[in-house]
Amino acid sequence: MKFFRKIYMFLIFLFLYAPIFVLMVFSFNDSKSRATWHGFTFKWYHRLFENNDILSAFYSTMLIAAISSVIATILGTMAAVGIMKSKKWQRKMIMNITNLPMINPEIVTGVSLMLLFVFLYNHFGIFKPGIVTLIFAHTTFCLPYVILSVMPKLRQMDSHIYEAALDLGCNPTKSFFKVVLPQIMPGIVTGLIMSFTMSIDDFVISYFTGGTTQTLPIAVYSMTRKMVSPEINALSTILFLVVFVLLIVINLRREKDKNSSIYSEY
Amino acid sequence: MKIRLTLLPYLIWSAVFVIIPLMLVIIFAFSTPEGNFTFNNIILVGKYSYVFLKSIVLGLVSTIVCICVGYPMAYFISKIKAKYQNVVIMLLMIPMWTSFLLRTYSWMTILEYNGLINKFLSSVGISKINMINTPGAIVLGMVYNFLPYMILPIYTILAKTDEKVIEAAQDLGANNLKVFWKVIFPLSIPGVVSGFTMVFVPSVSTFIISKMLGGGSIFVIGDLIEMQFLGNTYNPYLGSAISLVLMLMIVICMGIMNQLDSEENANT
Repeated sequence: MKFFRKIYMFLIFLFLYAPIFVLMVFSFNDSKSRATWHGFTFKWYHRLFENNDILSAFYSTMLIAAISSVIATILGTMAAVGIMKSKKWQRKMIMNITNLPMINPEIVTGVSLMLLFVFLYNHFGIFKPGIVTLIFAHTTFCLPYVILSVMPKLRQMDSHIYEAALDLGCNPTKSFFKVVLPQIMPGIVTGLIMSFTMSIDDFVISYFTGGTTQTLPIAVYSMTRKMVSPEINALSTILFLVVFVLLIVINLRREKDKNSSIYSEY
Repeated sequence: MKIRLTLLPYLIWSAVFVIIPLMLVIIFAFSTPEGNFTFNNIILVGKYSYVFLKSIVLGLVSTIVCICVGYPMAYFISKIKAKYQNVVIMLLMIPMWTSFLLRTYSWMTILEYNGLINKFLSSVGISKINMINTPGAIVLGMVYNFLPYMILPIYTILAKTDEKVIEAAQDLGANNLKVFWKVIFPLSIPGVVSGFTMVFVPSVSTFIISKMLGGGSIFVIGDLIEMQFLGNTYNPYLGSAISLVLMLMIVICMGIMNQLDSEENANT
């Protein structure tokens, strides 16, 4: 039984990792072929860094991810603090709104935001589809994840410590920054990293809200429609390693304090 | 009514970027291009009921495969030593956070007519199989992409299951199979239910997987919506109507699942 269990788990992991492994191996293939091995090379990595389209898409992706994850983290943390202090029925209603973008199919979120941006652009001339609309869209879908990773931390916190700070003469603002913030920091950082990785990886919502702006997933998508260059394999290998490192950082943090795990929210 | 000051920016944000856009979808679904009220868009959606049916069947098949494959996995993970469980869960989440476009694209390489599997088959003397551009390839892509969403919630519930309940059943003379069907499985239903929605919703609304692994030959709801907004048949009114129907369908489906969940809880 134990043997069967191990084989089963191994097969599932093989299934999950095989495509990633294939991508990585073929990034070192000395041919344009996607299925035949022609010898080892680094040339796709060199070409990748000379490909201006890919590099500018990479730059936009990073810019959007950085700005929107920071905005989402600040707004989300503030919201989580507010939600915890709200009355029960208010809290319930707000959590329903928070869950909305998570339940809604991505494509519906995408087209609904597209309708909004097109409407605003046609009637008021603001929000021309591009980097700015992408930042707003990404912040919107990242917000629930920040709130859901900060809330458990707030719930765990001993509210007496905050009251003690007030009793000792701190004003509410100062006691928030000196007492509450350090305690919920792990949740905030987890939320920030999650937002950042989700923003980098988002395709569906960007596809509908980005206009002609190229982010990496969109560039990848348009390449898969045409003849695909192995530079994309090289890029995905690099990205995989980056995400891998980020995830190990998140999980080490989680290991350090078990209760901030995001999947306990299910 | 007092709203906390720190909550205000978030509420405004949600109103502008979540509520208003959804309202726009509803308004567009019931409007003509001239801005008059109409039911025509909704009626037109009926013409595509075949597409809806196909998407639902594909989504359901993938979800059921995910349950059948994912449940044992979740069960086995919950049985290994506690300190290794976190590592295994992390390994499960890593692919989930890597670009899903690239992973799906990689499946193209594997499944193609001249792809890796067929290369292997012909090298051992078996004739090539046509795998890509079939419904099977799409189901594979969906299962591949959404399997972790099934395993994680089931695992979370199984890991929390009280050992004492299981021991009690064993003491009362139940064999392993009976313990599983009478105790462990009923207790894990909430995990299966949340896994079901987490897999079914993205599967039924995807348009990339069908495009990449179905080669455009299999047309699903996601493709239909995408075509109305960014394709050559630009018609956001019809597109909104389709989105609205899709949304309602998912709300109803989730309502049924929640009902099942609470009934199960009432019984135990």
